[in-house]
Amino acid sequence: MSDDASSPPYGPPGPGRPIGANPSFVDLITGGRPVFRAPADVPSELAIAHGTTVLGLKYADGVVMAGDRRATEGYSIADDKMDKVFPADDLSAISIAGAAGQAVEIVKLFQLELEHYEKITGDRLSLEGKANRLGQMIRGNLPLAMQGLVVVPLFGGFDERRAHGRLFRYDVTGGRWEEEDYHANGSGGRPAKSTLKKRWKPGLSRDDAVKVAVEALLDASQEDVATGGPDPTRGIFPLVYTITASGVDLVGDDDVRGAYESVVEDRR
Amino acid sequence: MSFMPYVPPEQLIKDRSDYARKGISRGKSVVALEYADGILLLAENPSATLHKISEIYDRIAFAGVGKYSEFEDLRISGVRLADLRGYSYGREDVKAKDIANGYSQALSGIFTQQMKPYEVELLVSEVGDEPAGNEIYHVLFDGSVTDEQGFVAIGGRSDELMEALRGSYAEGADLPTAVHTAVDALSSVEETSVVAEQLEAGVLERSRPTRRKFRRLSDQEVLEILPAKS
Repeated sequence: MSDDASSPPYGPPGPGRPIGANPSFVDLITGGRPVFRAPADVPSELAIAHGTTVLGLKYADGVVMAGDRRATEGYSIADDKMDKVFPADDLSAISIAGAAGQAVEIVKLFQLELEHYEKITGDRLSLEGKANRLGQMIRGNLPLAMQGLVVVPLFGGFDERRAHGRLFRYDVTGGRWEEEDYHANGSGGRPAKSTLKKRWKPGLSRDDAVKVAVEALLDASQEDVATGGPDPTRGIFPLVYTITASGVDLVGDDDVRGAYESVVEDRR
Repeated sequence: MSFMPYVPPEQLIKDRSDYARKGISRGKSVVALEYADGILLLAENPSATLHKISEIYDRIAFAGVGKYSEFEDLRISGVRLADLRGYSYGREDVKAKDIANGYSQALSGIFTQQMKPYEVELLVSEVGDEPAGNEIYHVLFDGSVTDEQGFVAIGGRSDELMEALRGSYAEGADLPTAVHTAVDALSSVEETSVVAEQLEAGVLERSRPTRRKFRRLSDQEVLEILPAKS
């Protein structure tokens, strides 16, 4: 604190001292070093919880992001009420498949990164800027990903300047691709994606989009051991968020249950 | 080796204080008022983007007067301190008191050790769950801190403003009344009446449903409150 104040961020510019305050929280805590350094060796049998299937799809008003609730630790179920979709700020959400502990840490850092930027500069980052920054953070995780702690996010948000929803997917190297329709990640990603491929249409309504998301996750849970299906007896349903011009909203359990029942009804 | 003439510490402190006071008195003032639902911060500020009032953390706001570059520098340090604390421990562990103490340490170091003191005065306020839990800290250019209650004014005309507010401030007022009280006090010490477009206002709103309680009042909102006065 006193260091900061006695050597102001707006000091005389020069090499190693660019002008302007750095609005990055990640740089602040790491001093510019890579965020995640790999330990010498992560033993492959290390018991680590893994989150599994998440998906995102565009619809008329924005983007739907959803995830199943299961985390696995080898052949055990580590958690059956895990959250894998998180609001990143008022207009975007991130969902993560992969090593759960690492994923939650990256989400926490990403949320702080956006809030810190907003408070330092007084402006919200553009959606493009947020998506780009997330890619850099995932690239920073590459040393750990090489040792098995893979984290791959989906990022969806409402672009205020372009006035429509946008969806981005990433790979472990931080590579970023924008999706025009839908994407699914994780161990159940492939079956989820084939359902999305058949059911998705441009300009879906909110209710239809939620139903498509729930159906894709249901199919994933039937094809993949690591993906948890809806459990009406215990009241456990996929976590679904909508991201629109008016913000990030959690779709209530009743709505998700309704969508699930209507999928089951269609298949009778 | 350059020769340093002896200057008695009293003289040194006095010269520096006079210098800082002079710098601060050239700028506009900021008023902070506790009202029923939180804390109002209000300033006359011709710029709509170079703020005197801003958010530090979930329940904590900042206000600075004097030299822009200097209080902006302190504001950024405060946001960094708060975000680091919240990340390392918990969000509820970030307190206005710690930030005010940080400012106090930094300013007192600068006042005694640097070529020139900072020409700034700051307010760090935190809204509590109950009105009794509100905190307002007033930090001076030399690092002295005071804990204020009810209302406080900082900047060039702070003494006259405090005098005006002492007569008009009422506890537990609603937001429009608090805005009127603050604007009336500002108009009474300035020669001209204060225009809504030239006002910068922010509130820490206890009842705000989100985690972050700070909100700026838009020009539109201030305009709607002001002409409503009889």
